Amino acid sequence: MTVKLGVPSKGRLMEKTFDWFGARGIELRRTGSEREYSGAVRGVDGVQLVLLSASEIPRELAAGRIHLGVTGSDLVREKLPNWDMHVTELEPMGFGHADLILAVPRCWVDVDTVSDLDSAAAAFRAEHGFRLRIATKYHRLVREFLKHEGVADYQLVDSQGATEGTVKNLTAEAIADITSTGETLRANHLKILSDGVIHKSQATLFQASNVTWTGAEKKILNQLTDMVAAPVS
Amino acid sequence: MIPAIDKSQSLAEALRLRRFFLDAGAELVDAHILQPAGTLLDLYGEDIRARAYVTQDPERGEMMLRPDFTVPVVQQHMDAGAAPARYTYLGEVFRKQEEHPERPSEYLQVGFELFDDANPARADAEVFALFAEALADLGLRPATGDFGILIAAIDGLSLSAPRRAALMRHLWRPRRFRKLVERFAGKRTAPPRRAAVVEAYGAGGDPLADAGPFIGLRSRDEVLGRLDRLVADAAEPPLPAAELELLDHILDLKDMCPAALEQLRDITVDLPALQSAVQRFEQRLDAMSARGIAVDALPFEASFGRTTLEYYDGFVFGFAAPDMPGLPHLATGGRYDALTRVLGRGREMPAVGGMVRPETVLALRELRRNA
Repeated sequence: MTVKLGVPSKGRLMEKTFDWFGARGIELRRTGSEREYSGAVRGVDGVQLVLLSASEIPRELAAGRIHLGVTGSDLVREKLPNWDMHVTELEPMGFGHADLILAVPRCWVDVDTVSDLDSAAAAFRAEHGFRLRIATKYHRLVREFLKHEGVADYQLVDSQGATEGTVKNLTAEAIADITSTGETLRANHLKILSDGVIHKSQATLFQASNVTWTGAEKKILNQLTDMVAAPVS
Repeated sequence: MIPAIDKSQSLAEALRLRRFFLDAGAELVDAHILQPAGTLLDLYGEDIRARAYVTQDPERGEMMLRPDFTVPVVQQHMDAGAAPARYTYLGEVFRKQEEHPERPSEYLQVGFELFDDANPARADAEVFALFAEALADLGLRPATGDFGILIAAIDGLSLSAPRRAALMRHLWRPRRFRKLVERFAGKRTAPPRRAAVVEAYGAGGDPLADAGPFIGLRSRDEVLGRLDRLVADAAEPPLPAAELELLDHILDLKDMCPAALEQLRDITVDLPALQSAVQRFEQRLDAMSARGIAVDALPFEASFGRTTLEYYDGFVFGFAAPDMPGLPHLATGGRYDALTRVLGRGREMPAVGGMVRPETVLALRELRRNA
């Protein structure tokens, strides 16, 4: 009879999450040695801290193995089909901002919008005999965006890192990746399409939809959501 | 809620339907469950990944669990010499159902495909009549449409060849199609940043002054080539308002077949390019009547199938249960001449066909029993 709260297990995302809850009267901290993934909660009874990789939190929420979880809104949308059937957004947390964007080489002066990209893709396929390649690790988000926009004649190629380098390395013609300042894009001679923001992501507190709550758990949840809705200071 | 259907029951229903198609003169054809992903991706684009199961074979590369039969059947037929033929097939297809999780992701299809270059109107009528008869006891509502009319309408617009090609390319993506039409009609301005580049380039400026180094496969010539096309496009007069109205009239056309034909004849006065497509429509109605179809009560919808039936380029049809709107179409089909051209690598063979979903037939009977 505890409410399980999943939180990113390391790095700035974890620290900022701890700060955010701290400012709302809930103290989260890691316990044991620095390398041990265990934690404790003070300020609200009956909540158990579960430290997880941010990218696994969407799956754990969808399965109902944790009741609440903190992760990027981009990860939830990428990892879960029909994400809003599985989780509810409780609070956007105001940090971990990152935009998933579509970028093309700056030398493509004829391409400024997603519509230009579509038309360039048609010409590219006719010229090169294969569909224009877009490197990304956000397959679902990018595909759904391009489908909604009616873009054709492209293919997604998987890139798990150094995505900005794929164009120069001739393994892709365009990219879809997360950026916060755009500096890496500029350094790699890429530009963002003027209507090419696919999703504006930030760290968000989610609630699992597929959980049956006991009366006691429901009470804990209500207390916790009341507290996080209003910062102490 | 769609009731779950026992697999052996649906196989029995499927065999009954296949018997019906065999009796109509079809020969049996089959297709592998594992299909090379490349062919399907090149035909449908990346969107199909959201709908088909993709798997990796260490030797053969990306493979797909057969999402339909038409593509492999056409491929076999074209490889074998493309003579006139009638085929029937029966087997599972596999579809991810992210948008409709309540629908099964593995289900049977029984199909009938007719390759025939003698008389397309008669072939259309034969296939439609066959499906109507196979499902006659179910009291279904038929729907028909005709991509041939939409394609002829686009061909007849006062637009440059690249603009017409752009509309043709997006005929199956109504949102993008609408945006293009509005832009060509002068109702949407070009994006300002790009418009400035095009204007400066048209005036003799160097568009690459601030472009940075050229990286990637897409060459300087390709960029400049597209800029040339954009300059030409910017100088093109807008689509006349009267033609836009005709196009919208056609896209929105929804009536019983005879009345739809009458309206299309009227439109042909202003858009003569429609003539042969409208004639084909009329011939089809005659051929259907000759087969005993009550065309007076047969609905026609010019935009039918624009979001789902992507390889069809002529007559299209579907059969739905009017009392069970939650069920998918029990049968769909249409003409796919262009697909035979693409897969025929130089050969082509006009073709029309369709498929029934036996599980949906059984689900409908079950739902009605319990209603």
